[in-house]
Amino acid sequence: MERSLRWRGVLVLIVTVVALLYLVPTLVKKVPDSWPNMFSKRISLGLDLQGGMHLDMEVRTDKAVENEVIRIKDDIQRLLRKKKIWARSVEKTENNDIVIRFLSPEFREQGLEFIDKEFSDWTIEPVSSKEGRIVTLKLKDEVREHIEDMAVRQAREVIERRINPEGVREPSIQTMGRKRIIIELPGVMDTEAARRIIERTGQLSFQMVVDIGPTAQALLTRHEGKTPEGTVILMGTEQGRSVVYLLEKEAKVTGADLKDARIGYDEYGQLAVNFELDAKGAKRFGVLTGKNIGKRLAIVLEGEVQSAPVIKSKITDRGQITGNFTPEEASELQIVLRSGAMPAPVEFRYQNIVGPSLGGDSIQKGVKSAIIGGILVVIFMIVYYRLAGVITDLVLALNMVLILAVLAGFQATLTLPGIAGIVLTIGMAVDANVLIFERIREEIRTGKTPRTAVDGGFSKALLTILDANITTVIAAVVLFQFGTGPVKGFAVTLTVGIMASLFTALFVSRWIFDLLLVRVGMKKVSI
Amino acid sequence: MEFIRPGTRINFVGFRRYAAIVSGILILISILTLILHGGPNLGVDFKGGTLIQVRVPPEADVSGVRNGLDEMGLKGAEVQRFGEPGSSEYVIRVDVSETKLERLSDQIKDNLEGRFGSDTVEIRRVEVVGPKAGRELTDKALFALFFAILFIAVYISGRFEMKWMPSALMAIAIGVPSYLLRDFVGLSAMILLVVFITLALCTVLRFRFALGAVAALIHDVIITVGAFSLMDKEFTLPIIAALLTIIGYSLNDTIVVFDRVRENMKKLRKETLREVINVSINETLSRTILTSLTTLIVVVVLFLLGGGVIHDFALALLIGVIAGTYSSIFVASPILLILEEKGRPGRRRSR
Repeated sequence: MERSLRWRGVLVLIVTVVALLYLVPTLVKKVPDSWPNMFSKRISLGLDLQGGMHLDMEVRTDKAVENEVIRIKDDIQRLLRKKKIWARSVEKTENNDIVIRFLSPEFREQGLEFIDKEFSDWTIEPVSSKEGRIVTLKLKDEVREHIEDMAVRQAREVIERRINPEGVREPSIQTMGRKRIIIELPGVMDTEAARRIIERTGQLSFQMVVDIGPTAQALLTRHEGKTPEGTVILMGTEQGRSVVYLLEKEAKVTGADLKDARIGYDEYGQLAVNFELDAKGAKRFGVLTGKNIGKRLAIVLEGEVQSAPVIKSKITDRGQITGNFTPEEASELQIVLRSGAMPAPVEFRYQNIVGPSLGGDSIQKGVKSAIIGGILVVIFMIVYYRLAGVITDLVLALNMVLILAVLAGFQATLTLPGIAGIVLTIGMAVDANVLIFERIREEIRTGKTPRTAVDGGFSKALLTILDANITTVIAAVVLFQFGTGPVKGFAVTLTVGIMASLFTALFVSRWIFDLLLVRVGMKKVSI
Repeated sequence: MEFIRPGTRINFVGFRRYAAIVSGILILISILTLILHGGPNLGVDFKGGTLIQVRVPPEADVSGVRNGLDEMGLKGAEVQRFGEPGSSEYVIRVDVSETKLERLSDQIKDNLEGRFGSDTVEIRRVEVVGPKAGRELTDKALFALFFAILFIAVYISGRFEMKWMPSALMAIAIGVPSYLLRDFVGLSAMILLVVFITLALCTVLRFRFALGAVAALIHDVIITVGAFSLMDKEFTLPIIAALLTIIGYSLNDTIVVFDRVRENMKKLRKETLREVINVSINETLSRTILTSLTTLIVVVVLFLLGGGVIHDFALALLIGVIAGTYSSIFVASPILLILEEKGRPGRRRSR
């Protein structure tokens, strides 16, 4: 008994010390530099307690696939023409298939052979029939999935660069499932701006201007009522008036060729964004501007013509985007251009912004009421169970320390539902002690000695406590498995709490009782 | 100190008819108010929409806030005082959750400051939930709840009645089809149906303990949900956490009593089951009251002092803990008896 008392004491001591070490970073503002790395993790507070922004969005990967299909469709069209394999039309369908109508079965044969060789990402339907001129190309599933996954990955990187351009904030950005991105930004900030900046596609391209008119109608009449082959119509404004541009469809230089972008001033002292191209882009830009001197080049930003200056001389690696920018607009544009284009638009699913003052209030009031409640329970237990009540209170304090230490070790985020989980487990920990004490009292009433009464009390309460706690753990595991964020948080704290309360109620408080009865030689149980 | 004298013999089982009436009435009221209110009053986290919480100067009142919103053309907006009566915080709910709602909170702030003076209005919280996210959240929460209950039923039948195999088979028979069918049938309808089937199967297969425990926790959840609906309180994520806590609490309470019943069934072989249950409830009464009391102390303090968000959370717990304590004595235990008496009349009595 003496020996087992000692090693049990050592175990309790070790657990307590380790738990306290884990808790230090959470409790103090800053740990000393020499603090061991192992214990440097801390509990962070959820946005509901701290204030900040939570954004949950879905990347429209269907759009990414669509864009890719359009790009390939244009490629096929161009290459077939180059090879003199004539097709009446090459079109994209609703399902992102490509339908090619060849002029004759012979061209179809040649076309198929060519596509089979060059575009291995596609399956061809129908394969067998020799007759007919129509062919449907379907994107292979694994290729589609790859495009989707890449889009989500890129979107995530772009978003990260946009919301954290200086790399100083500590945003948490997670990918959930295959398409969702979840961002958590603690602390104060302009949330509307953050959201706006994420939503921007950031697509930039440089396209030659073919023609300009006041309306689309006016433009089209000059070109036989339809947009000429290889051109597109885009809108823009010049000196406050809306203008319609007819542009070359193909963009020789795009935002992907940018090396850097920074805020500067134009010749009139207005804010502008200066950009710098990388070597490849600069080469292409040089060729483009060099052979088009005197013509107008459109700078297309997010589907609109931002400006269309006349090319005065050959430009290689530098340029400027002008517009009547406010300082905010200019700095946003700079961030967006630097971060690169979004591969696909995002759709917001959920957005939660908690002001820091509300978060602070929640914590302050929550902590205050928890402390008052705790003190009342502590007093009540001592009044009702006397010395045994004191033991319970000690054990409960250790229980709290253990739960928080484990949460710190996991670097868990504490939210309101998480606190609910802790409240429940503290309740269950009190209950475990009450169960044991009531059993001990029953044993004492049957006239047993203190030692046997304590023995009997613990062993008889054991099964009940285990049953109650295991059932709750089952519930917690299922909730964790099927639940979403907040439900998961509840499940985690609940499971951790149950483990802690089993340890403290069954092991630690037993050890204290044995210590008092054996070592101190207490003759009567104060319960 | 002792609240309950040892050897107390209250005839709890004798009250079971009255208890059935009380529970029946409470459940009926709960279901009725739910029907009258058209289902639970779901918060924006579940239903989608925009929620903006503002703090205005104390002299401002609801109508002032509402007029401001009307002026902005937000006629459908709901305005509700937040937290304790007398607080000067309001929650504004708008049905739309489009991305185009840009700067809505800024607009509201500007408008209200125009009314109440500059720098007097504070935007405390903005929550925008897309309809898709809301649905998914509801579905997942319900689904998690349902599976938790199913597995608990298995564990209880296994532990208390050694019916591991049949109960596991039951869980598979119910769980797998509902998991596979979850996308095809309306989830809430399916869960109602499946819960009903589970209860029925537990009855037919005579999983008495599982039936008692599950019935008790469903009883507690319905009453809490009903009370919230009656008070026109909103269901938000913290309230769901509270419901989960109630389930945990109710279960814990029931199992403690059941454990004693199981123990006494072996010890008091000569007694009728009715007597065994009565003795067991009385023996655990002291602990039941103590545990409820300590939990209630904490919950009441949270309710009174916890502030806005915690206020409603604590209210749900308050109702749930009281219901949970009551149900483990007056709902779960009598169910053991009903099945026993109907199944093998007088077997224990004849011995």
